Amino acid sequence: MGSVIEVDNLRKRYGSHMAVEDVSFQVLQGEIFGLLGRNGAGKTTTVECLQGLRRADGGRVRVLGLDPQRQTQQLRRRIGCQLQEAALPDRLKVWEALDLFASLAPGGPDWRVLMDQWGLTDRRTASFAGLSGGQRQRLFVALALVNDPEVVFLDELTQGLDPAARRVAWELIRAIRERGATVVLVTHYMDEAEQLCDRIAVVDGGRVVASDTPQGLISRFGGPIKVTFTPDGHDVRFLQDVTHVQAVRRRGDRIEAEGTGPVLALVAAELVAHGLVPGDLKVEQPTLEEVFLRLTDDQARHREAAP
Amino acid sequence: MNTLAKLVWIEVKLFAREPIAVVFAFAFPLVVLLVLAGVFGTEPDPSFGGVGGVDYYVPGYLAVVIASIGLIGLPVHLASLRERGVLRRLRASSVSMTGVFGAQTAVHVAMAAAGGALLLVAASLLYDVRAPSSVAGVALGFGVGTLSFVALGLLLGSLAPTARAAQGIGLVLFFPMWLLSGAGPPREMMTQTMRQLSDLLPLTRVVTAIQEPWLGTGSNLSELSLLAALGTAAVALTAWRNAEGPAGAATLRRKPA
Repeated sequence: MGSVIEVDNLRKRYGSHMAVEDVSFQVLQGEIFGLLGRNGAGKTTTVECLQGLRRADGGRVRVLGLDPQRQTQQLRRRIGCQLQEAALPDRLKVWEALDLFASLAPGGPDWRVLMDQWGLTDRRTASFAGLSGGQRQRLFVALALVNDPEVVFLDELTQGLDPAARRVAWELIRAIRERGATVVLVTHYMDEAEQLCDRIAVVDGGRVVASDTPQGLISRFGGPIKVTFTPDGHDVRFLQDVTHVQAVRRRGDRIEAEGTGPVLALVAAELVAHGLVPGDLKVEQPTLEEVFLRLTDDQARHREAAP
Repeated sequence: MNTLAKLVWIEVKLFAREPIAVVFAFAFPLVVLLVLAGVFGTEPDPSFGGVGGVDYYVPGYLAVVIASIGLIGLPVHLASLRERGVLRRLRASSVSMTGVFGAQTAVHVAMAAAGGALLLVAASLLYDVRAPSSVAGVALGFGVGTLSFVALGLLLGSLAPTARAAQGIGLVLFFPMWLLSGAGPPREMMTQTMRQLSDLLPLTRVVTAIQEPWLGTGSNLSELSLLAALGTAAVALTAWRNAEGPAGAATLRRKPA
């Protein structure tokens, strides 16, 4: 799989405010790539540079081999965009929006089919103002797909949606990938990134602070995995010699074995080998959220830098 | 249908669905004209240059229709499209700003024509309005005046940061222009200073450009060329304002929240 997006040392400032200081990443064909960061981290500016909506101040950007600044129109025929804080005129009807945007991309799929696929057919004559949040997002996704794009940019697609509508939106995002498109997802929801993304770049203060698969980020930055159980009076000092176990300590009447990687399987096997089969064996995995906070919390970073 | 035609058609439908947006442009000139016509009647009067009040004011209020569309209606509409992110969304799908502005021009020119027609029909039903000396001259004055004020509207709509600001700017420009252009008190009645101010206002040119061929009191060529120059300058500034960045960054110049 080749890369469809290459970003090297992207830089963008607004006046004296450095929005994007140094962002580099690659997006591979067919993946769902997440740009994860706090508000104001530079995510939206980054994708706007990729879409040719903003002029970068420095660095090199290629999307589908095209330069978004010079080959903007060529690029836009091949990408689909859902923008943060974009709207349509209140009185515009669903079918009119689809019809208008489809007319910009002759040769794309029939918008009626899209309208059907995204569950908007029974709302076809509803005006934009009358749509629910979820329906608006479905419409924006459908509009992003009218030109049968190879890359789709989704910027905070699920912002403001209730939990049920967010789940639906996740299915929609997976469906976009099923169609064969590469998806770039901008989000600050950890569960969303963890559920959907094949790879993630964590952006903070205009820089990519880490980039990996969600699991890779967790194992690299999430800290140790904790395996806990009640030993029922047995001596479990043997656990200290198990590979991948870093520490064993007692917490009340429970034992906590801390380690990395396959530590759960190894601890469990060793317990069984010693004739211990605790019924309350539990594992506490670090979550992407903890990774994120660890990577983006300035104060935490300073604390770590100067213990 | 191509995209431009679709944009125009959609704009027409949007206005039809929210007619309140054009009430001001249609109703204000009509109401004021009918009041003035009722007060001054059709008797020739030296303060109106020897014609009746109705005949003096009908061409003037055609110009007021143009002003309300160009100074208020269009800029507010355009600024609100930008404020709400509609322009951004269109641009991301390769709708050129030229296309958007072209559609706005077409729709607002049509609106001015409709507002003007409504005014003429109402005035001639209620009063004995004298027919224009030169229909072609009036049409030309109205057409050039409309185009130059629509161009001005596009510029104002591009400069105003929000729809509210556009409304404020529009009203501040509209009322003095209306009162000093000759559509309020006749220029003959103004003081020296008022007349000097009046000379500087583009709306005065539109009023004169329609009034002169209507009353047969002169040629409007100098007015037409001034208005054409104003319109051209406004188009050039609008293009400049919107052409920054890879695809016109005017709508994106603001730092994101």
